[in-house]
Amino acid sequence: MNINTHIHHNHGTELHHIASIIPQLILALPFVFAFNMYILAAVRSSRNNRWPLYRTVLWSIGVLFAVIAVAGPLANLAHTDFIAHMLSHLLLGMLAPLLMVLAAPMTLLLKTLSISLARRLTRMLRSWPSRILTHPIIASLLNIGGLWLLYTTNLYSLMHENTLLYVIVHFHIFVAGYLFTVSIIYIDPMPHRFSFLYRSIVLIISLAGHGVLSKIIFAHPPTGVPWEQAKLGGMLMYYGGDAVDMMIIFILCLHWFRETRPRTGLIMR
Amino acid sequence: MAAIRNEDENSNSSVMNRFVYSNRNLWSGILFGIGLVAFIDETVFHQLLRWHHFYDKSTTDVGLISDGLFHAFSWFATIGGLFMFADLRRRNAIWPTRWWGGLFLGAGSFQLYDGLIQHKLMRIHQIRYVENVIFYDLIWNILAALMILIGLSLIYRTRSRQQLGKALSHEH
Repeated sequence: MNINTHIHHNHGTELHHIASIIPQLILALPFVFAFNMYILAAVRSSRNNRWPLYRTVLWSIGVLFAVIAVAGPLANLAHTDFIAHMLSHLLLGMLAPLLMVLAAPMTLLLKTLSISLARRLTRMLRSWPSRILTHPIIASLLNIGGLWLLYTTNLYSLMHENTLLYVIVHFHIFVAGYLFTVSIIYIDPMPHRFSFLYRSIVLIISLAGHGVLSKIIFAHPPTGVPWEQAKLGGMLMYYGGDAVDMMIIFILCLHWFRETRPRTGLIMR
Repeated sequence: MAAIRNEDENSNSSVMNRFVYSNRNLWSGILFGIGLVAFIDETVFHQLLRWHHFYDKSTTDVGLISDGLFHAFSWFATIGGLFMFADLRRRNAIWPTRWWGGLFLGAGSFQLYDGLIQHKLMRIHQIRYVENVIFYDLIWNILAALMILIGLSLIYRTRSRQQLGKALSHEH
């Protein structure tokens, strides 16, 4: 990493180009790896019992959005343009995690692993660190709290000067978005569950925190962001967040609807 | 009571279910009413007419938080209220009068809160940025109060279990 920042200070355009490619590779490669693993597991597990195609499609689109957000033209533009930055964050922190959660990767993994390994994984999911990280309130704090830190302190401008910080922040945005989604909607096995009401209240407060932050960005741009870009970026964050949250709310309500179906109605339909 | 015995099984149980799920009818209406007013506020006043501003410099901090919470809550309420409606439907327990009562009460209450507390006290934004905004405020809040009154009267008309017999005889 030290070498990277060293190169960054050189003024050769070629070296500068390499310097911007390395963090993009570091961020994109885990997603490419995750994509390959998922496809491999889906093919393997389909030998016995077909793994649903729509889940594989969801995973592929989710990975694609995440890669678009961290590498390539949008990621390049995001260095200088706050609107592009916000679009890439909506993809990386909200839409990609949601699509990937809906692809049920843990279920697929448990299906593919040998029994002893699957048992060990289940034990890991039940452990206290996993319990803490997937607690709705903790996950919300990691997710929304992280965003508040990024946009209301000088972390945003620091991130563009330091490659290591840049990679950590982007990694955090995806992981926190994923943990948040997992803590609110239960697609994969979840050993420690919270009631619908509990998760609904946490979701509403998180959504509010997201909305308030986007208005604060609109009114008080982060250091180094021109006002016009901050205005549009703030509005994009506000309405883009609403759009993804609508899907999360819909799925949460749908799960409630299925779980509370009347059992006595069996004779009727 | 003879009339009740002659009722066919279905409508009889439908009326019974209404009373069992009386509160759910009310809450489904209230939640959807809040969501509906917030949706109209967003599409008509923010996006189409562009009278409301996304942000107003005079907004207080508590106004920003209140607006954020209500925006999030109304978004959830729209979807949640409709899922509750679907739930009542599959239980054959929809009570339209009571549901509409809830809708008017929810819509009116949120509009009155928005019009008095959020616009005037917390100054999140004005209805329209013109000289005589007081007229806009008056119409806004009077409409809200009217909706509350309509809602309360509908809820009052569907209030008690003692009306079971009356409701049954109205069925046919």
